[in-house]
Amino acid sequence: MNADEGMRRAESESRAVGAGSPRHHCLEVQDLAAGYGNQPAIDGISFAVRPGQMVGVIGPNGAGKTTLFKAILGLIPILRGRILLHDADAHAQRAMMGYLPQLDEIHRTFPVSVSDVVMMGRYPRIGWSRRSGAEDAAAVRQALERVDLLDHARTQIGKLSGGQLQRVLLARVLAQDPHLLLLDEPVSGVDTTTQHAIFGVLEELRDNGKTVVVATHDLNCVVERFDQVLCLSKRLVAYGSPAVVFREEILEATYGSHLMVVKVGDRRVVVADEHHHRRE
Amino acid sequence: MNFLTGPWQFGFMERALLGGILVGTICAVIGTYVVLRGLAFIGDALAHAAFPGVVIAYMLKVNIYLGAAIFTVGTALGIAFVSRRARTSYDTTIGILFAGAFALGILLMSTIQGYTADLFSFLFGNILGVSTTDLLVVGVLAGIVILAVALCYKEFLLLSFDPVVAEAMGYPVQALNSLLLTLVALTIVISIQAVGVVLVVALLVTPSATAYLVTERFFRMMLLGILFSILAIVFGLYLSFYFNVASGATIVLVSTCLFFLTLGVRRLIHPAAPSI
Repeated sequence: MNADEGMRRAESESRAVGAGSPRHHCLEVQDLAAGYGNQPAIDGISFAVRPGQMVGVIGPNGAGKTTLFKAILGLIPILRGRILLHDADAHAQRAMMGYLPQLDEIHRTFPVSVSDVVMMGRYPRIGWSRRSGAEDAAAVRQALERVDLLDHARTQIGKLSGGQLQRVLLARVLAQDPHLLLLDEPVSGVDTTTQHAIFGVLEELRDNGKTVVVATHDLNCVVERFDQVLCLSKRLVAYGSPAVVFREEILEATYGSHLMVVKVGDRRVVVADEHHHRRE
Repeated sequence: MNFLTGPWQFGFMERALLGGILVGTICAVIGTYVVLRGLAFIGDALAHAAFPGVVIAYMLKVNIYLGAAIFTVGTALGIAFVSRRARTSYDTTIGILFAGAFALGILLMSTIQGYTADLFSFLFGNILGVSTTDLLVVGVLAGIVILAVALCYKEFLLLSFDPVVAEAMGYPVQALNSLLLTLVALTIVISIQAVGVVLVVALLVTPSATAYLVTERFFRMMLLGILFSILAIVFGLYLSFYFNVASGATIVLVSTCLFFLTLGVRRLIHPAAPSI
């Protein structure tokens, strides 16, 4: 079976799952091509996510995961297609989208405290030229409590570990309280405790009807925790539930040869080789 | 006591002090952004680009500040435009533009017959030559800059810390960048009389960098920057008065000394502290 066939199957299954529930989508991406210049970095991307779903975006480095997020957020030029948030142009309602960038994009020596950074999530609500109020301070406190960093509220961000900083960025998204959350590798290079804490918060958000889209390298975690998986390799390889998408041929089409499927007892463990893709 | 109060019986010293405090305050406020966003090179370029404006205004016998403002703000917006279009080597573009603009200023200056000492004071600064009209212009421009920063304080903070998330939240990042560069340009215009186009960048960067050594909070960095800036200007004025040396250069050197002194003290207190 080729990857296209798998993709069609995955699509039809995801439609079947959606048939019983309202047809309302939180995020809908239609035939998206995006990138700089004439050569799109990602092309032919179509998928839709209902509120209360958690989607894992997987693919090798350079597959366009960050590009997809930046296109949804309107940070890079859209060459073709549409992005809808609650059936309206997503870029007209950006405050409804929360973004957690990769950790290495953060200026760690910047003179701001943990609570300063979380407060930034409130800025769109506070509005121009206004000061933050008691309500904003309460929201910041609550967000810090949820990521268990209230004790560090006054710490300068450079003094935190990678896992703690990642939770600060998550708290900023929480303080923003968006409908759609886009998280770019929130659990890469952080300790297991932080991984569990972050997924705990994300699952809580999902259960409260938020839409959560996460780029990740951790395929096993995707199998265990996500409702939908989007396989990306500059194009959309497949989109559907983990049970449907996690087939050898789809994963091979996504990762090329840089992937091993190891059988442990009756369980298949997938090992993505994320470091060697540049050799090709 | 006479040593301290002596200089202020002269009107020009009073004006220099007042002008210096205004200039120092604005430079430190904008310098905070310049340091944290790494805009020192752009600041230097904008200052040099002011010079042809100054010379042309001098030749046309119109207000020097007007000429400087047109050239620096124009260049600032040009840089904002270029940085948006060309994704690579805009450093080089700035290098080409500012050297060219500065050369144009020097060339025009060389065509002027007779007395050009006034123009030299715009190259290297002459805070003792601040007139009442200068004070008025500096005061108005300073008010505009402070007002803009006060109104966009949150937005500039977010833009400086995390421009990608600022844009993702829907802030007009390009417009904010252009506004910030325009404020840098106006700050330079304000400072030209005090320290001159060649040395402006020092006043824009050094006090804020000194403040960055001793605090981990944004607003405190701004306030301490103002303190270091005013210290350098007042102390520099005294030295320049008593030793009869160039005021702009003295102020900049005092500021530089303050930076290294602070760096040394910081190293003594926290031997393992990482450098900025």
